[in-house]
Amino acid sequence: MAAVERNGAERDRAGGLNGTRIAIALAVAALALGAPYLLYPVFLMKLLCFALFACAFNLLIGYVGLLSFGHAAFFGGAAYVTAHVAKVWGWPPELAILAGTAAAAAMGLVMGFLAIRRQGIYFAMITLALSQMVFFVALQAPFTGGEDGIQSVPQDRMFGLFDLSDSLTFYYVVLAIFGLGFFIIWRIVNSPFGQILKAIRENEPRAISLGYRVDAYKLTAFVMSAALAGLAGGTKALVFQLASLTDIQWQMSGEVILMTLLGGIGTLVGPVVGAGLVVTLQNYLAESALPVTVVTGAIFVVVVLLFRRGIVGEIAHWLRRRG
Amino acid sequence: MIPLLGIPTQVLFGQLLLGLINGSFYALLSLGLAVIFGLLNVINFAHGAQYMLGAFAAWMLLNFLGIGYWPALVLAPIAVAITGIILEKLFLSRLYRLDPLYGLLLTFGVTLILEGLFRSLYGTSGQPYSPPAMLTGAVNLGFMVLPIYRGWVVLASLVICFLTWFVIEKTPLGATLRAATENPTLVQAFGINVPRMITLTYAFGVGLAGLAGVLAAPVYQVSPLMGSNLIIVVFAVVVIGGMGSILGAIVTGFALGIFEGLTKVFYPPASNIVVFVIMALVLLVRPAGLFGRER
Repeated sequence: MAAVERNGAERDRAGGLNGTRIAIALAVAALALGAPYLLYPVFLMKLLCFALFACAFNLLIGYVGLLSFGHAAFFGGAAYVTAHVAKVWGWPPELAILAGTAAAAAMGLVMGFLAIRRQGIYFAMITLALSQMVFFVALQAPFTGGEDGIQSVPQDRMFGLFDLSDSLTFYYVVLAIFGLGFFIIWRIVNSPFGQILKAIRENEPRAISLGYRVDAYKLTAFVMSAALAGLAGGTKALVFQLASLTDIQWQMSGEVILMTLLGGIGTLVGPVVGAGLVVTLQNYLAESALPVTVVTGAIFVVVVLLFRRGIVGEIAHWLRRRG
Repeated sequence: MIPLLGIPTQVLFGQLLLGLINGSFYALLSLGLAVIFGLLNVINFAHGAQYMLGAFAAWMLLNFLGIGYWPALVLAPIAVAITGIILEKLFLSRLYRLDPLYGLLLTFGVTLILEGLFRSLYGTSGQPYSPPAMLTGAVNLGFMVLPIYRGWVVLASLVICFLTWFVIEKTPLGATLRAATENPTLVQAFGINVPRMITLTYAFGVGLAGLAGVLAAPVYQVSPLMGSNLIIVVFAVVVIGGMGSILGAIVTGFALGIFEGLTKVFYPPASNIVVFVIMALVLLVRPAGLFGRER
């Protein structure tokens, strides 16, 4: 998918518009802080969780060029672990989310180790198959509650201070978690490490011949992406007080691909935009007679055929061409 | 009844037969995937949905038009193949110059559309479809009772697999096809209409999926989601076998089905994941797949 995602580097080079950029960033921050007074906080929290999930996924496809069809395993796996340790073991929220994130990272290590042995299309199929295996484990394991999932996960005080049962407080906690995750991704992408990842994406044999241990870089990126997806999944389990099979089945992997593709693969904010649109659309469609999957599928087809750069990618491309 | 390894033979052979039937579908589907991937360089995610489409086509022929199993065995795959031609001409053909991942994403979207449509029409529960009168009943083989229809499925898919292998590996048509897989530009220079060949190949692969769907309709129920779980296992089969060889796809498909059946006998909880575990092991030992070559 190399052709699409050259947006990042070229935009950085364009630079120049720093004043405008800071103004936009401030406006977005103000909007994020004021949003719960305008919109339903639980909806916003859902949006932020999925936005972080999509950003984590984009780290892999956008900056290493690896299409994972199995990210639901990390999102849902972390949701289960977080829900279990919070409910059964009585861990406080911060530790529960941390446990979920760590579990996702560990799963990422194993799945990544297997999947990076193949490339391209095979990588996608392997990740899909492995995540389906995780799904069956979740379906049958004694602690996951089968079809019911883990319900009524407690919302205790985070760090003993923030009362998560108050949705306004919880919103700001989720916003902070999202901010942290987004900052980590931004740092990774703009670090020397991130540059090597992009080099691998653009030309893997060349990166190898330059002496980089490509497999180690790919695996590290995979684990980071899995851990961040886990951070999103664990948080989501506390927001909805629920970890269920929906979080871990392959349709969820498809959803996160759609969010990223729609917003713009390889752009920093694209996945956030995509997640916002998809979550809003799902909320809207839930009340209409139109089946959600049909609409989702149609969006897939339209985006793949007509604007492969995604919304943010197309806008960036258009702006660049203008000046 | 003599117990074998502590398992009653009836149970053992019963599960083996079920495994063989699953294996037939793995083989038919991975065969189609391999043929399509060879020429189009596209992983057809919609393969499972097209298998479901085949089953529904047979069901609709029976319930709306009163057309029975035998005609459906021919008509339904043709109908599915026609939808494949439309899909290829309208959408897939625009993606050949791009990264193959876009083909995967497009067919994934098509899968969601098809499954969503059928689910909103028929719900998630299955529709029954009974086997033709000629193939109902069972014969006692002495060591087990064989339901005739199940025996027919295994036999039919073996024959179809063999014919496909024969056509691709042993006939002039197959030789052209293999040549086009290696070097489409050169084959085109010899005056062969490669784009049409690509379309027909896709239609053929998809038709195979539709045929598998018709065969499956009396074994499993006809349901909108029958294809989506199957296709993921088939992907694992394809990773294990590698897509380089037709024979490899067939052998791997049947072998894994049997493996799955045996797991059901000896340790049932693992039967859902055994194929994936084998995939992981193969990736560790032979990353290119058992019959594969890295493309």
